[in-house]
Amino acid sequence: MKRSMAKKLVSIVLVLTLAFVVVGCTEEEVTEKLTLATTTSTYDSGLLGELMSQFEEESGYQADVIAVGTGQALEVGRRGDADIIFVHAEELEKEFVAEGYGTERTYVMYNDFVVLGPEDDPANLKGTDDLGLALQKVEQIGLKGESSFASRGDDSGTHTKELSLWNIYGIDIDGDWYNSLGQGMGDTLITANEMQSYTLADRGTFLSMEDHLPNLAILFEGDENLFNPYGIIPINPEQHDVNYEGAEELVEFFVRADIQEQIGEFGKDKFAQPLFFSDAD
Amino acid sequence: MDLLIEGLQEAISLLITFDPRVINIILTSLQVTGTALFFAALIGIPLGAFLGLSDFPGKSIIEAVLYTGMGFPPVAIGLLVFITFSSAGPFGFLNWLFTTRAMIIAQIIISFPLVAGFTMTAVNSVDSNLLLQLKALGATKRQVVLAILKESRLGVLVSVIAGFGAIISEVGAVMMVGGNIERSTRVLTTAIVLETRKGNFGLAISFGIILLTITFVVNFCMSILPGRGGRND
Repeated sequence: MKRSMAKKLVSIVLVLTLAFVVVGCTEEEVTEKLTLATTTSTYDSGLLGELMSQFEEESGYQADVIAVGTGQALEVGRRGDADIIFVHAEELEKEFVAEGYGTERTYVMYNDFVVLGPEDDPANLKGTDDLGLALQKVEQIGLKGESSFASRGDDSGTHTKELSLWNIYGIDIDGDWYNSLGQGMGDTLITANEMQSYTLADRGTFLSMEDHLPNLAILFEGDENLFNPYGIIPINPEQHDVNYEGAEELVEFFVRADIQEQIGEFGKDKFAQPLFFSDAD
Repeated sequence: MDLLIEGLQEAISLLITFDPRVINIILTSLQVTGTALFFAALIGIPLGAFLGLSDFPGKSIIEAVLYTGMGFPPVAIGLLVFITFSSAGPFGFLNWLFTTRAMIIAQIIISFPLVAGFTMTAVNSVDSNLLLQLKALGATKRQVVLAILKESRLGVLVSVIAGFGAIISEVGAVMMVGGNIERSTRVLTTAIVLETRKGNFGLAISFGIILLTITFVVNFCMSILPGRGGRND
């Protein structure tokens, strides 16, 4: 008796497994796809999910969003594995277009970076209103061994931005106080929170994760150099077989007045301040 | 500790409310891993049986290749599959990248050396007298192979279980070639990475608990398989 029960159970499981296999193989693509490669910061904040489902409804495309670091998103675009990229690394994006991989870069929105650190602020950044000075203080407290700096270290937009800041203010990051993590924004924040490190993050990701980061606080903000513009670039149809029409539709969608307004409103109800600001003319 | 309890509660509530997003993630996981395991067994068991039963010059090299495959980092396999199916790559025309198909390919490559390697060991350890006896009784080659596989079925089953364990819990390769696309290529492991990245540890843990439960149920079902018509023959 027991044996036949077991037999039945096993056959049910086997049939179910087979059903999945069949479902997987007969899966048909009925709608045309548009693949967007973007950064984790837009995706993890939830903004893109909201906008893309609206775009799917309006345009009838099936939009696949691949959220990776900016470096990887650019590489995915360069290989033609996405139809359009939406990233934030101005210099790299301009290069991308100049090399002929993308057609044109359109400003969509911006947010800003903030310097975060341990709540008790051993480097005393709160008393500074100059970004260069603030970063020097981080270096000094690091050299003393009292704190450290956690860098994304993943060639992302944030990482590129951070490197350019050290460069502008002539600070040498070749020291034990500087930890290059090679991780995404969320992981880097979690690490900084645990290590009581200083770090640089986009405001959106920090605000959306603040509840999980009890040890971190915004210690410096507002400098023009912390400005973080996002650009959208359709992949050049002359380089790869891509859905260029869909990509152009998405660009038009993003710069439309009502969508721009929606971008500026996003997050206000939850964080009492916007996460992104509209940036299209 | 709080997080674990919170995760457990969340896992249960996600499961009993049949949250469609969670169900979709679970089904995608099972579909990808089930299909991959099916093909891995299809290639791996005959290959392992062949290697276990035959002897030819250069066999030890093939064995070493197989054992290396068992320890090959999944991320490296993911990168390989990515490059192969990338639109600039040799199989780019198929448009399989960022679909479950590329994930299945990656998982087949990860799991079939395990299936083949363990099957080979299991077949090797069958009493060599059996082989002689079968031959003496005039069994055909096909009959010999089937008889030996039957004799070593527990070992073969372990090979499939090992293959299953390696791919249901794998994240690096499926993340890279699947892209973790919502409602399409998101599986339990990539969902865990995403929620961890967002700091939603409770939700991430609950996905982990669901994954563990599924693995247990599947392994339990597989482990009662050899009982089928087993001990009384």
